[in-house]
Amino acid sequence: MTSLTTIIRRSRLRDQMFIIVGVLATLLGMITLLALLLDLSRDGFGRLHWGFLTSFPSRHPEKAGILSAWVGTLCVMVVTASTAVPLGVAAGIYLEEYARRSWFTEIIEINIANLAGVPSIIYGLMALGLFVYQFNLGHSIQTAGLTLAILILPIIIVATREALRAIPQEIREAAYAQGATRWQTVWFHLLPYSMGGIATGVIIALSRAIGETAPLITIGALTYIAFLPPSPVHPESPYNSMSWLRSEFTVLPIQMFNWVSRPQKEFHLNAAATGLVLLVVTLSLNAVAIVLRYRIRRRIKW
Amino acid sequence: MSVIPHTLGSPEAPHKSVTLRVTRSWGSRLMDVIMRWLLRVAAVSSVLITLGIVTVLITESLPFFKQVSIGEFLTDTHWTPLFANPHYGILPLVMGTLVTTLVALLVALPVGTVVAIYLSEYAPVAVREILKPVLELLSAVPTVVYGYFALLFVTPLLQRLMPGLPGFNMLSAGLVMGIMIIPYVSSLSEDAMRAVPMLLREGAYAMGASRLTTALRVVYPAALSGIGAAYILAISRAIGETMIVAIAAGQQPNLTIDPTQQAATISAFIVQVCLGDLPHGSIGYQSIFAAGVTLMLMTLVFNILGHWLRKRYRQVY
Repeated sequence: MTSLTTIIRRSRLRDQMFIIVGVLATLLGMITLLALLLDLSRDGFGRLHWGFLTSFPSRHPEKAGILSAWVGTLCVMVVTASTAVPLGVAAGIYLEEYARRSWFTEIIEINIANLAGVPSIIYGLMALGLFVYQFNLGHSIQTAGLTLAILILPIIIVATREALRAIPQEIREAAYAQGATRWQTVWFHLLPYSMGGIATGVIIALSRAIGETAPLITIGALTYIAFLPPSPVHPESPYNSMSWLRSEFTVLPIQMFNWVSRPQKEFHLNAAATGLVLLVVTLSLNAVAIVLRYRIRRRIKW
Repeated sequence: MSVIPHTLGSPEAPHKSVTLRVTRSWGSRLMDVIMRWLLRVAAVSSVLITLGIVTVLITESLPFFKQVSIGEFLTDTHWTPLFANPHYGILPLVMGTLVTTLVALLVALPVGTVVAIYLSEYAPVAVREILKPVLELLSAVPTVVYGYFALLFVTPLLQRLMPGLPGFNMLSAGLVMGIMIIPYVSSLSEDAMRAVPMLLREGAYAMGASRLTTALRVVYPAALSGIGAAYILAISRAIGETMIVAIAAGQQPNLTIDPTQQAATISAFIVQVCLGDLPHGSIGYQSIFAAGVTLMLMTLVFNILGHWLRKRYRQVY
């Protein structure tokens, strides 16, 4: 017969062993992340100099750079953010503050949950069929921006709703008691108070969009672009032009994919350097989001 | 909710008769109506996206299925739509997708679950607060970067252990994909396990259960609907993942269950075709939509399963 102390000792031992396993499992992720960073740095750090950022891609790996790629990423993100943020925040506000429980709201909710599970390449196919061939928007920055906007819309909607839900009901009632309309309540109270939470969601969503490759390949983003989109600012009247929207483009992840797929080792170094740039951008965006979330949680106590 | 006491106006102030009147101006009322409609339009647009996806997938793949029978599509064991002698059997691509997904799940499900149990039941709060966001960075890394890592770091590493492993193989792509989806499993499972009320744990401890027994026999089953949903999300992520497999698993359709072989997945095929310049309306162009429909249906099955699981096994405390 085993005594009570043996049983206790055994289960303590099993607890200890599980803690070791748990720490190891957690470390597996961290170590991979570290290995990824070190591997990219080892291969790509040598290439990261000013010229790499200010040159176009080239047949000669040592002369090639990512100028057109990062400008493309920037332009696409401008379109994506200016479409997805107003649309997503508006949809979030409607669902959280206006919509009554009905079969229609139910459908919208299920739909948003399902959209989050749709593979990104399917969004690309939809954009190819709809934007490129139905609306004739071309293989352009505007098509890419809209595609990514649709892709990140669910993330922004969900973040907006969560931020709004965290605001206590009393705030709304206080506003109504002062005679505010629903929209005035939203605009002067709810939006300012939920701004931090919404911003966190937007940042996470944009960092996801920056790294997306597959849907942009699907809509026919070119892999070799040795020109920049036309400048939005012109010296003579009307001083600005939106023609950059219709320009062909490439983005950082596609440039990286192009270089990875080549057999020559030198191009792989360029790919690593591009990967480093991508990693620095996406990881720092995420770090900002984490800090923001943490500060909101500490500061606001309703 | 507290009742606000009527202390309006200071006691010294002389009483005046106040007529309460709704003083909303025309402008603010008009604005309210306009905004209500604008916001509603935005909410409805999310439904339009789904309609757009379904419509495009159906209308663009219909011409394909007029030329290729569903029977041939599902049973032919070769996928060579761009060859002179075309075969349109989706099986090799489906198999490639399933094998890479399976490898990824063999990594992500056990590791993610153990991480979730550790973070929820064992780790001190401070450790959890740091580890969870750091782990979530794993899913923030662009997938093309993971593809690079799989092809040029993991594969050479595996080749040292397994001489003869080809440069493109499903094993390394699947392994890296598995690491990538760990946070999907661990974060959501951990949320679900932490939502299990403390009373249940205390009940188990009172019966003399150890921490591990409590975690595995009480908390895990109680959180099963949330954990199941996390698993399902991980599965549909793995099925739809594109860049890692397109870079590291190879581009040749290959009907095999051996993960050390190279094989194209559904998503990798779509990418490969789109990189070339295919004329709109050609059978090659239509074939990517047929492949897309298959991919969509595969993820849809899991999404519906996840939805059902959440509803069916939802425990309300």
